[in-house]
Amino acid sequence: MEAFQRIYSKVVAMDRANVDTDAIIPKQFLKSIRRSGFGPFLFDEWRYLDQGEPGMDCTGRPLNPDFELNQPGYAGAEILLVGQNFGCGSSREHAPWALQDYGIRVLIGRSYADIFYNNCFKNGLLPIVLTKEEVDRLFHEATSSDYRLKIDLESQTVIMPNGDCLNFSVAGSRKYRLLNGLDDIDLSLQYSDQIREYELKRRNEAPWLFRELQSL
Amino acid sequence: MIMSGKTLYDKLWEDHLVHLNPDGSSLIYIDRHLVHEVTSPQAFEGLRLAGRKPWRISSILAVADHNVPTKSRELGIEDPVSRLQIETLDQNCRDFGITEFDISDPRQGIVHVIGPEQGATLPGMTVVCGDSHTSTHGAFGALAFGIGTSEVEHVLATQCLTQAKSGNMRVTVNGNVGPGVSAKDIVLAIIGRIGTAGGTGYAIEFSGEAIRSLSMEGRMTVCNMAIEAGARSGVIAVDDKTIDYIRGRPFAPVEDQWQAAVTAWRKLHSDADAVFDREVQFDAPAIEPQVTWGTSPEMVVPVTGKVPDPDSEANPVNRDSMKHALDYMGLKPGMAMIDIHLDRVFVGSCTNSRIEDLRVAANVIKGRRVAANIREALVVPGSGVVKRQAEQEGLDRIFMEAGFEWREPGCSMCLAMNADRLEPGERCASTSNRNFEGRQGYGGRTHLVSPAMAAAAAVAGHFVDVRTFYKD
Repeated sequence: MEAFQRIYSKVVAMDRANVDTDAIIPKQFLKSIRRSGFGPFLFDEWRYLDQGEPGMDCTGRPLNPDFELNQPGYAGAEILLVGQNFGCGSSREHAPWALQDYGIRVLIGRSYADIFYNNCFKNGLLPIVLTKEEVDRLFHEATSSDYRLKIDLESQTVIMPNGDCLNFSVAGSRKYRLLNGLDDIDLSLQYSDQIREYELKRRNEAPWLFRELQSL
Repeated sequence: MIMSGKTLYDKLWEDHLVHLNPDGSSLIYIDRHLVHEVTSPQAFEGLRLAGRKPWRISSILAVADHNVPTKSRELGIEDPVSRLQIETLDQNCRDFGITEFDISDPRQGIVHVIGPEQGATLPGMTVVCGDSHTSTHGAFGALAFGIGTSEVEHVLATQCLTQAKSGNMRVTVNGNVGPGVSAKDIVLAIIGRIGTAGGTGYAIEFSGEAIRSLSMEGRMTVCNMAIEAGARSGVIAVDDKTIDYIRGRPFAPVEDQWQAAVTAWRKLHSDADAVFDREVQFDAPAIEPQVTWGTSPEMVVPVTGKVPDPDSEANPVNRDSMKHALDYMGLKPGMAMIDIHLDRVFVGSCTNSRIEDLRVAANVIKGRRVAANIREALVVPGSGVVKRQAEQEGLDRIFMEAGFEWREPGCSMCLAMNADRLEPGERCASTSNRNFEGRQGYGGRTHLVSPAMAAAAAVAGHFVDVRTFYKD
């Protein structure tokens, strides 16, 4: 996984509550057996005026001029400012894959759905939680493509254009993994001996949990 | 200091704790890993790329469900993309020696139907699957939750997950619901009150007389939709009904182990003095049959109600969401729910495709006909086992004589990944779990209801209160 660097970027403001993962990446794109290539279909039903299908060339598709990502001047934005309960609904990891593939590295909002929030960290995306007042202030300010925010994960701050810093919290292990681009599996396998000890103990207590399915 | 008792969720969590990280997150052990074709290919790809192998093959049960055709399967799968996903699952299961119910297997079905049906889901287990409706299995006193594809790979490689413990929330439904009101109505009413983020950060325990009175099928319906209330897991205490349901299932414990297991399962309930971080109470007799009007499961009203007016909503963000939803759904504020006419009816999905659901729906339509304005009415049983059981009981004939189509098992029109879908603008009474925009097909309009309400709507051609429908 790519290590998370400092970000300095334009901010796309998307003031909608309860944006679900079906909206982030509609289900027809879930048929892929790959992890990449979802970016052109991010928010497909809102972003284009026609219906998207997997594998299609999106360069000539009619864009919805009212959709936030299609506003002029926002190409290359790495920060998405979002409404509350972002990423609710289906557990599809294709949602963070699509955001990541599009080029988004940071989300800023009041709250996220649990599964989506977890999935972000596993894919190098940083979902920042700020207070309602702070998020409202950002929505109020981030109204042009000249507006830029700095994100410093090391010091856990969002730095505003006037120099004001908004602090955010993030679990220590998640920060460490993001900053170092580490694979979660390697970290868990450091505890292989403990996993085996647990299995041994549990096999004695509750042997029915270890029944072979293949023999049936 | 007074020590309070433990919740069921606390007990399940502690039983699976392998390692506590300094930041408060934990490595927890996973007993059962259910795998389907949509969220697993990239996980197996990752495993191969890293040169890793599954940690414990016997914990895994795989099935193809999301993409499978529900018409005759003799000709195979027409859509090349769907076919590739299913063939990829078959190949991965062969390569790693994983037990799979492929699409020709008589036990094939929706992953959340077959787990309990086969006894692969047991009380006290941790159950995960790359699908948010894994919360279903919590009905058995198991800790069950949906995971993303990276986590699928993590469980394959380590048999564990790194998780932060959720808070404890209890939803108590006091008293009993009236006739014609089902588990689906209970859970929709709960979501309608607490909202789709009401359970975020919590494991919800459902309790109270109305929950205890439900069959295991009904309890699965309630836990299934815990995720629509924002909770990754829902859980219900073990009782006699739980144990009776499991006894004799193919993968259930046998002989000496059965007795030991039952003794252990009897402890799977919250202690009387357990303290919950959040408590919500509901009055069951006040719950009416529910119908969603919008594009989020929290946008729900009783069938006796009206489409709400966004102008009466004080919060501007909610007001805009409501306006947007009404526009998408093609509805006007103040319209009576019973005046909403339908194009299609779908009885199926991991929420409502079990034998009890089909019996209830069949009972409503018996001797009646699907209304002329209904273009298509589908019944998609949750599994091959459910389908055969229903056929033995003659339910298939009742449905077909009424004008319903009787299909092969799968996820089908719940999420329209196969050929079963709505056309733009079509309106559907659906027993599924999500009414999101485009969920059942691009531009499709979904109203979530119980099986009885869906069946009654199919006959009337519009929503009706199934309680009065029974009396007619």
